[in-house]
Amino acid sequence: MFGLGILSGLLIVPLCGAAFILTLGDETEAAKRNARWAALATTIATFLLSLVAWGRFDTGTASFQLVESHVWLSEATRFKLGVDGFSMPLILLTTFLMPFCIGASWLSVDKRVKEYYVAFLVLETTMIGVFQALDLVLFYLFFEAGLIPMFLIIGIWGGKRRIYASFKFFLYTLLGSVLMLLAIMAMYWQAGTTDIPTLLHTRFPVEMQTWLWLAFFASFAVKMPMWPVHTWLPDAHVEAPTAGSVILAGILLKMGGYGFIRVSLPMFPDASQAFAPMVFALSVIAIIFTSLIAMVQTDIKKLIAYSSVAHMGFVTLGLFTLNEQGIQGALFLMISHGIVSGALFLCVGVVYDRMHTREIAAYGGLVKRMPLYAAAMMVFTMANVGLPGTSGFVGEFLAMMGAFRANPTVAFFSVFGIILSAGYALWLYARVIYGKLEKPNLQGILDLDLREKIIIAPLVALTIYYGVHPAPILDTFAPSTEALMQSMKTALSNTQTAAAIPPVAR
Amino acid sequence: MIVAPSVLPALWPALPELILAVGVLVLVLYGSFRGERSAEGVNVGALLLLILALFVVMSQSGAKVTTLNGSFIVDGFSKVMKALILLGSAASILLARDYFQRARIDRFEFPILIILCTLGMMVMASANDLISLYLGLELQSLAAYVIAAFHRDNLKSTEAGLKYFVLGALSSGMLLYGSSLVYGFTGTVSFPGIVAALNDTNVGFGLVLGIVFVAAGVAFKLAAVPFHMWTPDVYEGSPTPVTAFFASAPKMAAMAMTVRIFIGAFPDVTAVWQQIIVFVAIASMALGSFAAIGQRSIKRLMAYSSIGNVGYALVGLAAGSQEGIRGVVIYMIIYLAMTLGAFAVILSLRRGGQMFETVDDLSGLSRTHPVLAFCLAAMMFSLAGIPPLAGFFAKYYVFAAAIKADLVALAVIGVVTSVIGAFYYLRLVKVMYFDEPVAAYEPMAPGLRIVLGLTSVVVVLFWIVPAPLVGAAGTAARSLFAGS
Repeated sequence: MFGLGILSGLLIVPLCGAAFILTLGDETEAAKRNARWAALATTIATFLLSLVAWGRFDTGTASFQLVESHVWLSEATRFKLGVDGFSMPLILLTTFLMPFCIGASWLSVDKRVKEYYVAFLVLETTMIGVFQALDLVLFYLFFEAGLIPMFLIIGIWGGKRRIYASFKFFLYTLLGSVLMLLAIMAMYWQAGTTDIPTLLHTRFPVEMQTWLWLAFFASFAVKMPMWPVHTWLPDAHVEAPTAGSVILAGILLKMGGYGFIRVSLPMFPDASQAFAPMVFALSVIAIIFTSLIAMVQTDIKKLIAYSSVAHMGFVTLGLFTLNEQGIQGALFLMISHGIVSGALFLCVGVVYDRMHTREIAAYGGLVKRMPLYAAAMMVFTMANVGLPGTSGFVGEFLAMMGAFRANPTVAFFSVFGIILSAGYALWLYARVIYGKLEKPNLQGILDLDLREKIIIAPLVALTIYYGVHPAPILDTFAPSTEALMQSMKTALSNTQTAAAIPPVAR
Repeated sequence: MIVAPSVLPALWPALPELILAVGVLVLVLYGSFRGERSAEGVNVGALLLLILALFVVMSQSGAKVTTLNGSFIVDGFSKVMKALILLGSAASILLARDYFQRARIDRFEFPILIILCTLGMMVMASANDLISLYLGLELQSLAAYVIAAFHRDNLKSTEAGLKYFVLGALSSGMLLYGSSLVYGFTGTVSFPGIVAALNDTNVGFGLVLGIVFVAAGVAFKLAAVPFHMWTPDVYEGSPTPVTAFFASAPKMAAMAMTVRIFIGAFPDVTAVWQQIIVFVAIASMALGSFAAIGQRSIKRLMAYSSIGNVGYALVGLAAGSQEGIRGVVIYMIIYLAMTLGAFAVILSLRRGGQMFETVDDLSGLSRTHPVLAFCLAAMMFSLAGIPPLAGFFAKYYVFAAAIKADLVALAVIGVVTSVIGAFYYLRLVKVMYFDEPVAAYEPMAPGLRIVLGLTSVVVVLFWIVPAPLVGAAGTAARSLFAGS
């Protein structure tokens, strides 16, 4: 229809759902119920549609698939969508997590229900758009557009310091991103197009790459977030409603990593190699430093937020090892962390809905009253630690392996992150779940109800499934990773030849 | 003495202006014979006149034609800018109707002054020498001084009119003085003549001085820093529909005039004026962002916002290239929509015969008036330059031109100030969406609904079909550079 393909459909379906919800009535119970079901139906429909896209996706090739291209700003800046091995899993992750977010907000969001779901559905469109965009301007458009609904979600339905957190989130990310926009323009004037597939084969002068890389880094580093520009994340996480935290940790943080793999590494290979030591240093600092900060947190959400920063440190570490294991590991960790941290935030939401506090000290001994909850939380905690058999292990292991190959010293220091993560995660688990059930207001706490079981069970299953059988995800990434390695190797050796330095055997 | 028709200059290209000139005289006669009861009729007549002129402008081919001894030019650029001016004026009349009726100053002079002002602005957009430029400018300015003080029993309004007049006269003087220097050192007032003269001689100090004075006069009309001081006071003091008018159509005309002067007359001495424009752009962007943060009055806030926006548009002019002018035109198109939309919302904050004009009065607007709040939030995010709203594309094109012209520092400063500016736009969204609601306002007047609906569609949906407006702006810019 109108020459639109399945990828446009993925953008349009959530928007249609949002438009439909807007037509619903005001704050009556019936209207709220309709809004919830409509949002759930929309997200499930989007998920099913993404599965159809996945069915048509050929994992054997590194080229862009399901491509559609429409005239947009000009011939050189088109509305071009497409997916490859890097983006397809992230799109599936997005569409997969959305129904859980809707479900998690079923009862906890009771004011301005209509607007809430509209914001979430618009957010879904922008997130999918980021992963599908095959044009840098379009990529930027979706990358930034997501700020608007997230700003509203934190600011309207957030906690006590929601206004501070929402402004910090918005302005921090915006400041990072505007420099990227200027870099995109510079690339346009240099290459004559903003088409990503074309730019992937464009060689920018080394001097220019340095600046472009830094501009993109400013944006992606804030989005990741990397130390020391991570401070918006704990605030945003703590104040956001549960579903907002899930999306933030599960998907928005992945945009930075995706940006590195989509733009920085393939388009600026020389600069990426030159800056890799700096990224290593920042990653290792992030891994150790934020893990230590996580240890002393008294707020459950804040603890998980800092642990997210630490895990993102592993992702940047893996990406900039510039070898296959490292990159595969980083990508896998992104998917795994999307599921696991999302699930952890959902678990926090479960007890928060009951007790309305996130203080660790307010809990203890939950296993007595909530055995199922304790079991689920155990799985996610272990996955967060990186225990073999859970999905967290695969990614961290591969990333470390890549790091060891690239720079053993860096690998050595990053291992401390794993030890520390075991420290804070297990300690959190011990304080919340174990111990005596002493607090009087915890005596009557109920275990997971049916809705919560339906939400949490699939996540438990996936965490374990991808822990023992990571091949489906890794195989999807593999062709694109290989192609990336190949193009980087060629590019780097060309530069070395040009600089009249004998090529170093790698 | 009978003048043979063949001796008359070709008036056909100036048809839209003639329609307005003749039409306004008819309206004056009608108004003075009917007296105060004629306001309704004159308003409708003025609106029809503007729409008719718009049709004529749009039906012109866009090919370059000069007439009246070369002092009047019609080309692709004037076509787009005139369309914007007419749209801005028509929207202002729509916005003003309800307000003036309720304020009991519903006089027929208002639409007439708007038409006279519009006539002056259209001459500015079509000026091809310094004399016709000044003529248009003065007609526009004099009408504007009067409508600033239109609420003549109101102290603030009369103060605004007087302030505007005194400072405006001063700036006109500067422009005129600069023009005389330019004439003295080039021997001609016509823009093509100046271009030819500058090809032959070196640029002397006197000419530079002339350009500086011209730039100062222009900066005043644009409300660009450092000649912006009148703006917040005039914006705040004038009746709100008049403020909406000042923020829309005259900005288009001032920008058209600026482009005509610098690109039309001084394209080969870019080095002389580029640094001035760069400075003015940076200063305007910075002041627009910082000074607006502390404002409580929405009208003052919009005044600083307009100062900042002029700064962004000037970034495109500073590039001095065809891409730059395309950026300027796109910026003005989108700015017109954003600013009119924002004022349509401000004008609907009315309860019990009283207007509300502070930021806090927007409190909880999303609960009491969801559609209104949504539209204003869209305008604010757009002014902040957040995609996918139209304001993003406006900034995209001017900064892209600056990057191409190697003005990287200017572009970096520009985007950083836009982040600072985002803070106060977000504050409005915060007040509307995060704060507790105050009492509801009265339903919107039909005129406001039309303006808000149309501008919101442009701002929110621009990203889906950007090609027509971008294409029109491209044609406009090309027409200025066709000869060179």
